[in-house]
Amino acid sequence: MDDTKRYERLRERFQNGDISRRKFFGLLGAAGAAYGLQMPFARQALAAGDVTQVRFDGWGGVVSEAFRKHAFDPYTEKTGIKVIDGTFPGGDEYLALVRASQPGEYNIAHLSGVFDYARYASFDLTSELNIANIPNMANVMPALMNAFKSITPDSLSAAPYDYGTTGLAYNRKHISDEEMKEKGAKILIDEKYKGKIGGWSDWRTRMWYAALQTGQDPNDIQDLDAAWDAVRKHRDLALKYWASGAELMSLMAEEEIYVTEGWSGRIYALQEQGHDIGYYDPPSSFGWQECLFVLRGSPMAACEELLNFMLDKDTSIAVAEGQSYPPALDPTKVDLGAKIPKLPAFDATGTLAGLTFADPGYWNGNEAEWSKEFGRVQKGY
Amino acid sequence: MSIEQREARQPWILLTPALTAISLLLIVPLMFIVVYSFWLKSAVGADTPGFYLDNWTEVLTDRFYRDILLNTLKIAAITTVACALLGYPAAYFISRSKGNKMILLLLLMLPFWISYIIRTMSWINILGVSGALNSAMIHVGLIDEPIQMLYNQTTVILGLVHFLLPFMVLNIFVSLDGIDTNLEDAASSLGATRWQGFLQVTLPLSLPGLAAGGLLCFVLAAGTYITPVILGGPPDAMFANLVYEAIIRQLNWPLGSALSLLLLIVLGVLVLIYNRYLGMAQLAKGLG
Repeated sequence: MDDTKRYERLRERFQNGDISRRKFFGLLGAAGAAYGLQMPFARQALAAGDVTQVRFDGWGGVVSEAFRKHAFDPYTEKTGIKVIDGTFPGGDEYLALVRASQPGEYNIAHLSGVFDYARYASFDLTSELNIANIPNMANVMPALMNAFKSITPDSLSAAPYDYGTTGLAYNRKHISDEEMKEKGAKILIDEKYKGKIGGWSDWRTRMWYAALQTGQDPNDIQDLDAAWDAVRKHRDLALKYWASGAELMSLMAEEEIYVTEGWSGRIYALQEQGHDIGYYDPPSSFGWQECLFVLRGSPMAACEELLNFMLDKDTSIAVAEGQSYPPALDPTKVDLGAKIPKLPAFDATGTLAGLTFADPGYWNGNEAEWSKEFGRVQKGY
Repeated sequence: MSIEQREARQPWILLTPALTAISLLLIVPLMFIVVYSFWLKSAVGADTPGFYLDNWTEVLTDRFYRDILLNTLKIAAITTVACALLGYPAAYFISRSKGNKMILLLLLMLPFWISYIIRTMSWINILGVSGALNSAMIHVGLIDEPIQMLYNQTTVILGLVHFLLPFMVLNIFVSLDGIDTNLEDAASSLGATRWQGFLQVTLPLSLPGLAAGGLLCFVLAAGTYITPVILGGPPDAMFANLVYEAIIRQLNWPLGSALSLLLLIVLGVLVLIYNRYLGMAQLAKGLG
């Protein structure tokens, strides 16, 4: 029974003369005090009982819109469980929030990269999914599942959901397709475009592209000095580091910048809006996979039901088309329709062998040092 | 209990809710931050509790932090001076206007009804490459190509002035409004010109308001985080951005705690200096 119903019953008893005015107001006051004093721990206790809502946090913008329209609203309609839809600008910010919260406060997150999965595991934020409750997981590409199993071999805390690349986005009015292919990642440190270059304020992406610009393997950078010099050069030529997908789209659409690295789905969304923006994945472009990660302390049955609903073929395809990232469903098992094969980074083989992903051990091992160093380089040091 | 004892207790009884709130919402969290600043960040996983001076040593000896702190104080000082120069004439005009004073004050408060972030982002639509100013200049033939005006220190200061100007105007207004206008007439009757009357009578009497507004603007500007993120370029970060990055991006809460405490100490010293020479009463008057 919800609180409104309780109040209406109480008021009815009062109006019928079953309880005194003093008692009616006393009970109202007690209810108010109880509500006001309810601690976050109460949510955990409630999680064990009837679940009326699940919190989901994602990347905002067109991605959240796609999730809300094609997954959350139909799920709520079907089950009656409300999905509280939060957003975050980046994985680091979200992890900081989760670390400061009580278990159960945050439930499911749309996380990016296997390195994020490894980080959450290291902070003991993992849950244990009962795969039997998620039958649609059988349609997910094994390559995506294996990446997580290598970190938590005995259990899974997440369902792979989509993948994409962080490639090069460029304004075709100012940069031709030929020039982009010829220069590749080095176009981001080309003096010719000084003041018209952008970049994500994410240390991983900066170092990844610095590796490409200096001809190194992003998963095994040998000449660190050369890589940091490339990061510095990019900084000196850049107009702005963007901090969110919405800002990336705005900077490109408003022509404040002509070239930046960008998220494949967001650039596709810009192209669909009619902007003459090109997208190019240079060799060893930054590939990543996203998952629906269930955090420790969450109501597991409801979360598993939501995951299964989201991995359903129709839901998954609708969300993928909405957010412009290919789904995690195996294209050799599931017919993904006409639009998805045209999305950037789509892999028809279902093996993802053509994409280069970040090695979680390598990148997480360097996180403390490189994220701090980038903080300095970013500010002119 | 005697009447004297009861009277002595009354202020403390009245202050109890406020003191409880301040203790729970300010002092206790601050103590947590102090404790955290002596912990150590682990490479992976939970932080290492204990009493380590590593974060403080780094924060106090590393030139990087000192430079960003000085740059932050410089931006805050420029913003404060700009607010004073722009705010004084506005406050003077409002205090001397007859009849429509309330409407002018309401107009001054109007921007507060819009989110600070939205107000800051509005500059992108004004100064952007395809923004109103560039479009207008191209339209009238002043320029052929749009000028890059955004994402530098000037736009950061512009955004801060936009945000903080009402605080300065209100403080100066309160001070000017309390000055007896007969004093200016008296100065005139003694042979002073209007300008001399302003310089030698009105301005000195309004200085406490100017100082209170200055302190508020300076402290708020020095602690700002969002304006450099939205309107600044790569090298335009301020000290609060370092705190954000340490805590949120690097997940280094111990270092972030030490950085935030350092900023708090620096700004606290400035407030103490202000209190020593001007007193906090004027600040309370301005805020009221």
